[in-house]
Amino acid sequence: MAEILRYDHVEIAYNGKTAVRDVSFTLNEGEILGIVGESGSGKSTLIKAAMGLLGPNGLVTRGDIWYNGKSLPDLKENELRKINGQSIGMIFQSAGASFCPIRTVGRQLYESMTEHEQISKKEFQTLALSLLQKLGFENGQRILQSYPFELSGGMQQRVGIAAAMLLKPSILLADEPTSALDVSVQKQVVEEMLLVRKTFGTAIVVVTHNIGVIGAMADNVLVMKDGAVVEYGETKQVLENPREEYTRTLMAAVPRLRRM
Amino acid sequence: MKPILKVENLTKVFSRRGQPDFTAVKNVSFELMTGECLGIIGESGSGKTTLVNMITRLLDATEGSIILRGEDITHINGKELRTVYRKMQMVFQTPTDSFDPRRKLGDSIGESLRNNGMSVSESKQNVTRLLKMCGLPAEFAGRYPHQVSGGQCQRAAIARAIAIKPELLVLDEATSALDVTIQKEILELLTMLKDELHMSYLFICHDIALVQQFCDRVLVMYKGSIVEQGRPDDVIQNPKDDYTKRLIDSIL
Amino acid sequence: MSETTVRIQKICRDTVKTRLIIFGTLALLLVACSLFAEHLCPYDPYLQDLSNAKAAPSAEHIFGTDRYGRDMLSRVIVGSRTSIFSTLLLVAIITVIGTVIGVFCGWHGKWIDTVLMRISDMFLAFPGLVFALAVAGVLGGGLQNAIIALAAISWPKYARIARSQTLAQKETTYLKAAKLAGDSTAKIIFKHILPNIIGPILVTSMLDIGTMMMELAGLSFLGLGAKPPIAEWGSMMSDTRSLLTTVPWVTFAPGLAIFISVMVFNLLGDTIRDYADPKSRGR
Repeated sequence: MAEILRYDHVEIAYNGKTAVRDVSFTLNEGEILGIVGESGSGKSTLIKAAMGLLGPNGLVTRGDIWYNGKSLPDLKENELRKINGQSIGMIFQSAGASFCPIRTVGRQLYESMTEHEQISKKEFQTLALSLLQKLGFENGQRILQSYPFELSGGMQQRVGIAAAMLLKPSILLADEPTSALDVSVQKQVVEEMLLVRKTFGTAIVVVTHNIGVIGAMADNVLVMKDGAVVEYGETKQVLENPREEYTRTLMAAVPRLRRM
Repeated sequence: MKPILKVENLTKVFSRRGQPDFTAVKNVSFELMTGECLGIIGESGSGKTTLVNMITRLLDATEGSIILRGEDITHINGKELRTVYRKMQMVFQTPTDSFDPRRKLGDSIGESLRNNGMSVSESKQNVTRLLKMCGLPAEFAGRYPHQVSGGQCQRAAIARAIAIKPELLVLDEATSALDVTIQKEILELLTMLKDELHMSYLFICHDIALVQQFCDRVLVMYKGSIVEQGRPDDVIQNPKDDYTKRLIDSIL
Repeated sequence: MSETTVRIQKICRDTVKTRLIIFGTLALLLVACSLFAEHLCPYDPYLQDLSNAKAAPSAEHIFGTDRYGRDMLSRVIVGSRTSIFSTLLLVAIITVIGTVIGVFCGWHGKWIDTVLMRISDMFLAFPGLVFALAVAGVLGGGLQNAIIALAAISWPKYARIARSQTLAQKETTYLKAAKLAGDSTAKIIFKHILPNIIGPILVTSMLDIGTMMMELAGLSFLGLGAKPPIAEWGSMMSDTRSLLTTVPWVTFAPGLAIFISVMVFNLLGDTIRDYADPKSRGR
């Protein structure tokens, strides 16, 4: 499997204060990497750096983030914008909040697509409908015609995933994609992401504090604490046989359902 | 066993002009026994927060009655209600928001003591003792809510709630906003306090695994009604209601 | 790059502090000037000297003299007592009345809220100064009535702010916690709600000082405020406006005084708003 994204000794600072220290990992094509940690561990900062979303005070101070032979932190803003969306897609905690409330979902998806590609409305319709169908939506037409508030929270999040996939990016970065959702719909969103990988072979980085989500979808997992990597390895090994003390504490603290 | 809290046919209807009435809680009845830890689970919008807000009288009930230690508290107000709060206290979901941002933690923790006639110096000593009991050093009394972490703030909130030795503690998603390791510590603290102070808990939560770990009995709420109740292990192994089945199947 | 940004922000924050010190001192100087007006006057402001009437500004009379030969500088200084003090009094009155009504409406709600808020809507629906003119006209002239008239039309703004802030406070978790701690309504209002809402209200009143000074001077100018011979900037300007073409300094002196004090208080209000709101710092 070919490597697609590589973090090389990355250090990130906000206002001169180090938030992430010496993080290295590689993401292969079609791999799902889970980044897990508690609040303040720097896990979100890590993927925001790849998208250039650190804000005016954040800076990659050391190391490199390699994508396709390009170092992302060194790219100019317009070059980065070309990569964002088209090659690297992103999903946020609540997709519902990132939709404009007064226009239909279809209209907004069309607009975000024309930012990157010349496409007629008709072509877009066909494309969007086939994508929604592939991603397991029963009534794509209805979704495109509805306003964001007419969809439930779980549905909004699934549509957010589909929207990120419109441009067929090779990497999907997901920042706490299930955290704002009820337990009963979290699973649907996880399944949606698994379906994305199965259908398009997309590599996914999922940042979450929910170990359940990691266990359900990730191939590899990176455990973070206070800005540094504590443990990095195969999900099964890390979750079941953690090597590090902190990971063990973390796993022991997760309430697990006893089904007997 | 005597029930400490008895809720009968509790209903809350929100009516707004120009909008159809919305029934957030429908005919809910249950009993909470002395020394018991009763969990209520349900997803957002299921009415569990409305239900506990009615029980703690932060919200008026539309119908039904709330009986605490044999006393009907559904419609009492003013001074009488303030005496009820000596028996019943609450811990909220977001610890930092539950403290007045302009007052020191110690002032907020000792407030109920001073309101019940304790002198300032005496209440100060008590605050130190309470902080220690909840695993915080005494100097936290002089800090402001934004100067402490979420977990520490929730410990302070628990210290405030147990200050006047209530018999019933209502925990509204008290651990949901916290990291898992902190959540575990808080649960251990709550377990210890429950035995030490002989309290009964009403534990509102959306995480069924946590309820299984922590509660003696569980009520499952869906769309404002209780759809199922019983021992957590029984409910999880043999869910009778469709919604409960779906909920348990969806656990990752 | 990030370090530069940080540094710029730091400087901006310090600028706010510097501005606060400068304008605060200036405002204090103005207030002190009005406090010790008698002692600062070089001449008796009411002493007429017809032999030296309409004298142009000179070393002896910096702002010249008016048609009765009274020293303009002394009159402007003494006028500051009436103008600045009545303005501060007026702002204090509307702040207190508005806050009390607003907090009461927000806390109590129900029909009282509806009634009081509709009344405030009625006041807000009229153009301010026109309504004040009508009130002052009905009550008759005089500084006291001018203050009453302006207070009557200015409180609704404060009531609205206090009410919306109170409503927001009512929804907070810590207020629920205070109720559970057994706090009485009075304690909740005075210990929790007021300290948390007073900031934005005070900023509004600081920003209002300038406006109110203008309106008070305006009413006096129209003859509905302070009456001559009492030295008040608005009435002084009105009094002398017929002489504008021949002896401009008599109108110019009180005008300059109004201009300077309104500007100082407005800038102070702006600075306090910036200082109180950390989000607007560094802009």
